[in-house]
Amino acid sequence: MSVTELDTVKAEAATEPRRVNKRELWSARGLLLPAVIFLILLTQVPFVVTIVYSSLKWNLLYPNDRGFTGFDNYKSALTSGDLWPSIVATVLITAFSVILSVVIGMLFAILLDREFRGRAIARTLMITPFLVMPAAASLIWKYSMFDTNIGILNWLSRALHLPVVSWSTEHPMLSVVIVLTWQFTPFMMLILLAGLQGQDKGILEAAQVDGAGTWRTFTWITLPHLRMYIEIGVLLGSVIILQVFDPIAILTKGTGGTKTLAYLLYERAFIGLDVGQAAAYGVVTVILTIIVATVALRTLFKVFMAGGSR
Amino acid sequence: MNRSLKGSLVTTLTWILVLAFFFPVFWMILNGFKPESVASSVNPKLFFSPSTDGYQLAMDRGMKGYLLNSVTASVTATIIAVVLSIPAAYALSIRRVKNVENALSFFISTRFMPLAAVVLPLFMILKTLGLLDNIYMLAIVYGAVNLPVAVWMMRSFFLEVPFEIIEAARVDGAGLGREIFRVALPLVLPGVASAALITFIFSWNEYFLATLLTSSAARTTPPFLGSFVDGRGQFLAVLSAAATIAALPVIVAGWVAQKQLVRGLSMGAIK
Repeated sequence: MSVTELDTVKAEAATEPRRVNKRELWSARGLLLPAVIFLILLTQVPFVVTIVYSSLKWNLLYPNDRGFTGFDNYKSALTSGDLWPSIVATVLITAFSVILSVVIGMLFAILLDREFRGRAIARTLMITPFLVMPAAASLIWKYSMFDTNIGILNWLSRALHLPVVSWSTEHPMLSVVIVLTWQFTPFMMLILLAGLQGQDKGILEAAQVDGAGTWRTFTWITLPHLRMYIEIGVLLGSVIILQVFDPIAILTKGTGGTKTLAYLLYERAFIGLDVGQAAAYGVVTVILTIIVATVALRTLFKVFMAGGSR
Repeated sequence: MNRSLKGSLVTTLTWILVLAFFFPVFWMILNGFKPESVASSVNPKLFFSPSTDGYQLAMDRGMKGYLLNSVTASVTATIIAVVLSIPAAYALSIRRVKNVENALSFFISTRFMPLAAVVLPLFMILKTLGLLDNIYMLAIVYGAVNLPVAVWMMRSFFLEVPFEIIEAARVDGAGLGREIFRVALPLVLPGVASAALITFIFSWNEYFLATLLTSSAARTTPPFLGSFVDGRGQFLAVLSAAATIAALPVIVAGWVAQKQLVRGLSMGAIK
């Protein structure tokens, strides 16, 4: 991340003039240690244990039939036909939700970057969906928006003489994406708004004077400037949504191609009680997260910036 | 087109879009104050004689206990994350360890590790120790989940402390504790607020771990809300009331600390 490098450079510049002695270095290590140990105990060690679990034949229903099976859990994950649809569901839900919330978030950021009466109130209202507890958001959408009887969307459909739609059963993927987009649009908007407000207004004025239209100013000056902000938004948004569980558990229970990896693991471990198999899904989730966070994002930005950089 | 006319058109459009976007929240709050028969009617009603039956019913379902558990878990997690992140961030900014980059990427990779990768061993260990359904165990896990963000954020604030101030304190013979807590920390209180806010929000709203690591005594609000899914009959009013209470603390915290929110969400990258 470019921001990290920037921070590091700044830090180096700040501390360059002084010499670091040994005692100081040890006290610095002492400061860092509690946090590092705490994290190793609660995240790194469990992850290693997950890898060990994934090599075991271990179903809680048969506690005596437990032993090492090597890659069998991965093999059966690949052959049982559960894993691949789950990866597809996770990636599709993440991609659609992130892209939609960046695009809509950008629209709102531009609208709220203007000066107008009540802007602070509009901004406050806009960030609210992100703050609403995800479980509450999913329930509210499921019953008061999507429901065939009492849902507002179907009340609108009836008013417009359109067919009534049972959103979460007829369009499960779309329903999940709608709720996630609703929650993450404010997140993207906040980050992009910070970017817009950090823009050099002089350059924008100069572009106007030179006769560049609004659209050209946006694509040639604003968008490249926002690149870093879009990157941060997409990266953080993807990593969070890749783990998505709440709207799946509440809206669809994994039906209709929405069984994300987190939900699959939950089902296999806590309903199927198959620890070994579930652990294998956990490891696959980590691998997928690493892939998405590195390769896919890099490609996305190359495509995205191909138009922006001359 | 006239410039001011165009301006007010855009403003009107902005408001329409913002209000449409906010509508589900508005509707949730409104439905919470409706009598059940009104809330569950096929034709939505804007005007009605308000009732607190929904809130009463939510409390009858034992919501107070779940809220108290949520408070315990979120506040404890926030304290853990803030207390551990201050010295760590200090060692990554002002009194620096050798491999700052390695330590930073250790923290960020931990943040990005999916909960799915750690939940099974945590569950089995806690089960063996008889510590499942223990609210403090959930709080400790939340503290760990949010610690990396807190470290990154606190670091970005410490980096802004002018080094002359630290140096002056050292010349005056201030010890390490005094240097951190008396000299540097008062200058980064907004950072502490950011770290605390983000940890609180994520812990309060967390559903996955809460569902798996608690069952009854330590159950928090999100899984309690989740249990409405299997409800029968009319329950929109009580559901909306419960959802409103559940969402309120974080909404208010986020509204009050909007500035800290952006910096916190971006892990300190955006100022």
